[in-house]
Amino acid sequence: MKKGFLAKNPSVLIFLLCLAAFTLAVTLLSEAYGVSFLSTSFVKTLGKTLCLCLVALAMDLIWGYCGILSLGHFAFFGLGGYMIGMWLMYARTEEIVVQALAGGPLPPTPEEIVTGIGTQIFGVVGGAEVPLVWFFAHSLTAQLVLVVLVPGLLALVFGWLAFRSRVTGVYLSILTQAMTLALALYLFQNDSGLRGNNGLSGLQNLPGLDEVSQDALSVWFLWASALALGLGYLLCAWVVSGKFGSVIRAIRDDEQRVRFLGYSVENYKLAVFTLTAIIAAIAGALYYPQAGIINPAELAPIASIYLAVWVAIGGRGRLYGAVIGAAFVSLLSSWFTGGRAPDINLGIYVVKWVDWWQVLLGIAFVLVTLLAPKGIGGLFDLYQGRRLPDRKGADLGPDDSSLQEKEAVQ
Amino acid sequence: MSALLEVSGVSVTFDGFRAINNLSFNIGPQELRAIIGPNGAGKTTFMDIVTGKTRPDKGSVTFGERSVSLLSLSEAKIAQAGVGRKFQRPTVFEDQSVFDNLMMALKKPRGPLAVLLFRPKAEDASKVEALAAEVGLGDQLARKSGELSHGQKQWLEIGMLLAQEPRLLLVDEPAAGMTLQEREQTTALLVEMAKTRAVVVVEHDMEFVRRLNCKVTVLHEGSVLAEGSLEHVTKNPSVIEVYLGRG
Repeated sequence: MKKGFLAKNPSVLIFLLCLAAFTLAVTLLSEAYGVSFLSTSFVKTLGKTLCLCLVALAMDLIWGYCGILSLGHFAFFGLGGYMIGMWLMYARTEEIVVQALAGGPLPPTPEEIVTGIGTQIFGVVGGAEVPLVWFFAHSLTAQLVLVVLVPGLLALVFGWLAFRSRVTGVYLSILTQAMTLALALYLFQNDSGLRGNNGLSGLQNLPGLDEVSQDALSVWFLWASALALGLGYLLCAWVVSGKFGSVIRAIRDDEQRVRFLGYSVENYKLAVFTLTAIIAAIAGALYYPQAGIINPAELAPIASIYLAVWVAIGGRGRLYGAVIGAAFVSLLSSWFTGGRAPDINLGIYVVKWVDWWQVLLGIAFVLVTLLAPKGIGGLFDLYQGRRLPDRKGADLGPDDSSLQEKEAVQ
Repeated sequence: MSALLEVSGVSVTFDGFRAINNLSFNIGPQELRAIIGPNGAGKTTFMDIVTGKTRPDKGSVTFGERSVSLLSLSEAKIAQAGVGRKFQRPTVFEDQSVFDNLMMALKKPRGPLAVLLFRPKAEDASKVEALAAEVGLGDQLARKSGELSHGQKQWLEIGMLLAQEPRLLLVDEPAAGMTLQEREQTTALLVEMAKTRAVVVVEHDMEFVRRLNCKVTVLHEGSVLAEGSLEHVTKNPSVIEVYLGRG
C-alpha cells in the first residue's frame, strides 16, 4: 500500500497548516489588508522571524541530523543578504540619479549615470568608482542567481577542504567560527567594495515600487518569507525522511561505521553543508530587505552561536523544534531588548532586562542542555506519551546481554 | 586457485611500536580462515589495514581477480569493492529501526544523489524482510535497534553484513558475549557463508575455533608464526610457547 509523503509525515502537514493560519491571521490584523491591529514594524519583525526560522531549519539539518556543529551559518545568511542588497541599492540609486539628471539640457549618457551611482553609493567610503564585485548589480536576475551561487560555492570550497582533512567535532566548529569572522573582517574594510562598516542601507525601498506603501510591502515580504519557510520545511522533511536521512543520522552517531558500510561520509557532509548554506542564504536574502540595512556586524561569530542556541532550546533533531526555538527565542529576545519588559526593582539593584537578557538566555541554554536535551520540542513527546524506558544505569555490555545495571542486580 | 586477498610484506609502526612486521597473508575466494594470537599480536591492526582505516608503511594489499591495490582506496571505496567488517562490539545505529539499518546496508548505489532520490521498492522491502528472518529478527523490523538485546544486535550486524553482499568478510570475535546456543548458530552461519565468499574470523576462544574446523593462522608480534589446521599449529613448539603455554 502506498501512502503519500504528507500521510507518512503528519507533522509536516500540521506545520504547514499552522504556518498558513499564522500568515492569514497576520494579514487580517495588518495595517495594509486588515484591521490595523498590528503595526507595520511588528509585521516586519514577524516576517524577519520567519526568515530566522528558515535558517534555524538549515542549522537543524546540519547539526541536529548530520551532527556537524557549524558555527558559521550566519556567514551564508549575511552573504545572501549582501547579494540581494547590492541590487536593491544599485537599482534604487539608479532611479534617483536618472531623476536628478533628467532636468539637464542634454539627456544623460550611460557613463554619466554609472558615475552618478558610484558617487552616490561609494561617496561614503571615499570612492566614486563602481567596484568590480558590483558588475552584475544592475540585474535582479543575476543577483538572485548570486544569492544561491556565492554562499553555495563558499560552502562547497570550505567544506571540501575541511571534510577532506577529516576535521570533526569542536575543531570544525572553531574553523567555521574563523570563517565567519574572517569574512566579517574582510567586509569591514572600505576597499572590499561593499561600503565597509556602513554596509548596505535603504534596502526596504523596492526599486520601481515607490507608490506601494511600506504597510503593504511588509505584508508582501511576510508572505514571501512564509512561502520560503513552508517550501524549506517541505524540502528538509523530504531530505531527512528517506534513506538519505538514515545515512546522515548514522553519520552523526558513528561515522566510521558508515564508512565501512561503503558510504563516502565526506561527500555526504559536503552535500548537507552546501545545501544548508544555500537555504541560509535564501533566508538572508528575504530577511535584509525587511530589516532595511545590512552591515558586516551581522556576520559576527556571535550570530552563528545564537543560531545554535535557538536550535538547542527548540530541540534539535526535529525540524519543528528548530522553528519553534528560533521563533520563541528571537521574539522573546526582541521583547526583552526592546525595552518593553518591565524592570525589576530589587531595592539595592534594578534589573534592567536590556542588560540582563543575555544572562537569562545563557542560563536557559545551560538548563535546557542539562535538564531537557530534547528542548521545547520534547514537550510534544510528553504529550504523545512517547518516552524512552527508564532503564536505570548503563548497558552492561557483553555476557549480561540486554540487562542493564540496576535490572541485573535484582 | 588464485587468492582473493593478498597481503604481502606489510609493516606498520605506531610511535616506534611495530604493530605489524612484514606480514604476508592470502585467502581464496571461498575459504574460511581463523586468525588467532595473543593480545597485541596485531589482529585488529591487520583488519584496519585491509579495510583502509590504517595505512601501512610498506608492503602491498591487493584484492579481487584484477588485483586492485586497496592501499590507495578510501574506506568507503574498499567497502564498495566488497570487503565487509564486523566489529567485536555490535555497532548498529541504535536510534534507527531494524528495517532502516538493514535498508542502509543493502547493496545499492552509495552516492549522495542516488541515495537522496532512492525510495525503496517492494522487492527491496522483501529483501530486507528475508534478511531479517534469516538472522531471526523477522518480527522486530519496526523496533529501534537500540532496544534490542546484545545478542540480537550482533545478529542485526551480521544481517547488515549479509545485505552488503561482501566478497570478503572480516569478523572480529563473533562469539564474544554469546550464549552457547548462539555460538552454535554463529558457527553454522559462518561455515555457510564461507561457501560463497571468503571469511576471516579473528578469535580468542580456542573452543570456538575448533568448532569452525578450518585453516588457522597464528599471529605473533605482528607477523605469521604458523599456518595450517588447528591440529597442526597446536603441535608447533613455538606456538605452544608464545600462545598456548600462557593458557
